[in-house]
Amino acid sequence: MIEVTDLSKRFGDKVAVDHLSFKIQPGKVTGFLGPNGAGKSTTMRLILGLDHPNSGSATIDGKRYAELAAPLRTVGALLEAKSVHSGRSARNHLLFLAQTQGLPASRVDGVLELVGLRDVAGKRTGGFSLGMSQRLGVAAAMLGNPQVLLLDEPVNGLDPEGVLWIRNLMKHLASEGRTILVSSHLMNEMAVTADHLIVIGRGKLLADAATEEVIARGSGQSVRVRTPDPDRLTALITAEGGTAIPAANGNGGINGTAGPGSQATVLTVTGVTAARIGELAAASSIVLHELTPQLASLEDAFLELTAGSLEYGHLDAQPADWSSE
Amino acid sequence: MTSAPTASYSPAGTQPDLPPSRPGFGHLMLAEWTKIRSVRSTAWTLFLFVVITIGLTALFSWISAANWTGPHAADRDTTILADPVGFIFGAGIGLGQLTICVLGVLVITTEYSTGVIRASLLAVPRRFPMLAAKVAVFGLLMVVLAEIVAFGSFFVGSKILHSHVPVSLSGTGVLRATVGAGLYLTVLGLLALAVGALIRHTAGAISTTIGVVLILPILTGLLPDNSFYNHLNAYLPQQAGSLVYAVHQNSGQLLSAWEGFGVLCVWTAVLLAAATYLLNRRDA
Repeated sequence: MIEVTDLSKRFGDKVAVDHLSFKIQPGKVTGFLGPNGAGKSTTMRLILGLDHPNSGSATIDGKRYAELAAPLRTVGALLEAKSVHSGRSARNHLLFLAQTQGLPASRVDGVLELVGLRDVAGKRTGGFSLGMSQRLGVAAAMLGNPQVLLLDEPVNGLDPEGVLWIRNLMKHLASEGRTILVSSHLMNEMAVTADHLIVIGRGKLLADAATEEVIARGSGQSVRVRTPDPDRLTALITAEGGTAIPAANGNGGINGTAGPGSQATVLTVTGVTAARIGELAAASSIVLHELTPQLASLEDAFLELTAGSLEYGHLDAQPADWSSE
Repeated sequence: MTSAPTASYSPAGTQPDLPPSRPGFGHLMLAEWTKIRSVRSTAWTLFLFVVITIGLTALFSWISAANWTGPHAADRDTTILADPVGFIFGAGIGLGQLTICVLGVLVITTEYSTGVIRASLLAVPRRFPMLAAKVAVFGLLMVVLAEIVAFGSFFVGSKILHSHVPVSLSGTGVLRATVGAGLYLTVLGLLALAVGALIRHTAGAISTTIGVVLILPILTGLLPDNSFYNHLNAYLPQQAGSLVYAVHQNSGQLLSAWEGFGVLCVWTAVLLAAATYLLNRRDA
């Protein structure tokens, strides 16, 4: 279990982490969510003892990171920032880490196998793709078979195959009873990966709840429907007590525009479940080209939670503002 | 290989039986040895160190021997004849020591420039043992190699100069100077490592080290000849340390050979202590 208590960190007069307290429970994937600059990476670095807090403490199974005798056997970490010498081979990078923990060299081959890098183990890491580098980072994190894992933006820049792989690995590791904390600014990724969410903004805790709860707290579920017969469907939905809004300006640009040659219109429906919409359409023989419960509702919840706590940019840039385009 | 490796994913691999073990200082040294040997810059700088030091010793000795009765005979008398052993070492070490300064700095600054320091400190969160293991491993590597180079330089230089000024290891102070040359280079490398740990940027740390080793003695040498400035000059790390590989004592020399080496060691120890203090305090 990771326990963060009243943790604060300033850089000069800028407060990066502001009296943060939370507990991360074992056996599930906990998402650590926040806009860029919210203090996610700093919090992780404080937990890992790389930065020194101005106040408060962070413990792992009751111990500060620096008190762990062989830390990689307790905690594995994948940091967003690069931490590999480009001239060193993947095997040697893992080998020196294994040696610091008194782990046998055979364990290096084990984790290389686990992440699928065995064939390039002797290659210098400078030539690695982003995906391979992330896999090497995961290998380093898994080296000591730790019960606690901290992953900072692990899917950043990965191709779909890599994203799926990381997602399944995290779920599998959590199912083994491990404690998994994974940070991201991608709400949709967290919606399908995390069981529990810690949301922070400007270093402050905004939410600490189960993922479904955070979503439920938001603007409610919406469903994306694409149909060549929007008027009839809208009437049916309205009769059912829901609202359907043409979403040509919907989720920003590409998503809102129908495919080439298609006359279909995209509707954003709230107040009616996807299943019910399907039933209504079937009963009236209305053709549907798409019927998708929107994971973007987590995005909405997230934007609502973090409103006013963005480090850069402004939140006014919401889809509605793009309608003139 | 250009394509991403296949997403082979074996849950079984996440449940290994790891031997229980509590890592000690030996494990940390082994890890530091893996780090040092697994990057090319180490082999390259050490190769340059050996070639430059022994090569220049041979070159300068050969030039001197070939022009023994030339127009520069007076210089020859004050340098080579006054202290042939000091001449042999001075020729190669003058430039060879710069490669050691570079390597000493790189051993720690590349950890910062590449970000490996984060991996290192995650593995060894108590920072003093990490630095101590690095100093120990680099020190051991250096002392072995520097002694080989010191004895190699001596045999090459003395062989070339033999017909003009015969010197041998059995001469007074010769063995001390030869062993001392290797020790000087070793401690200088550790001093460079300490500067690297303090400054954390490769270019800045190399400039600083070379400034201290090469430029500072020249500048203080220009100062007026009085007791204060003479002491200042004599206690500079390079000026003091280099006494250990000379045989002849200049008149008015403030430090003996071993005292001078001791001064270099004190400089290095103070800088390493400062580096440890800052390593513990700074965010990585």
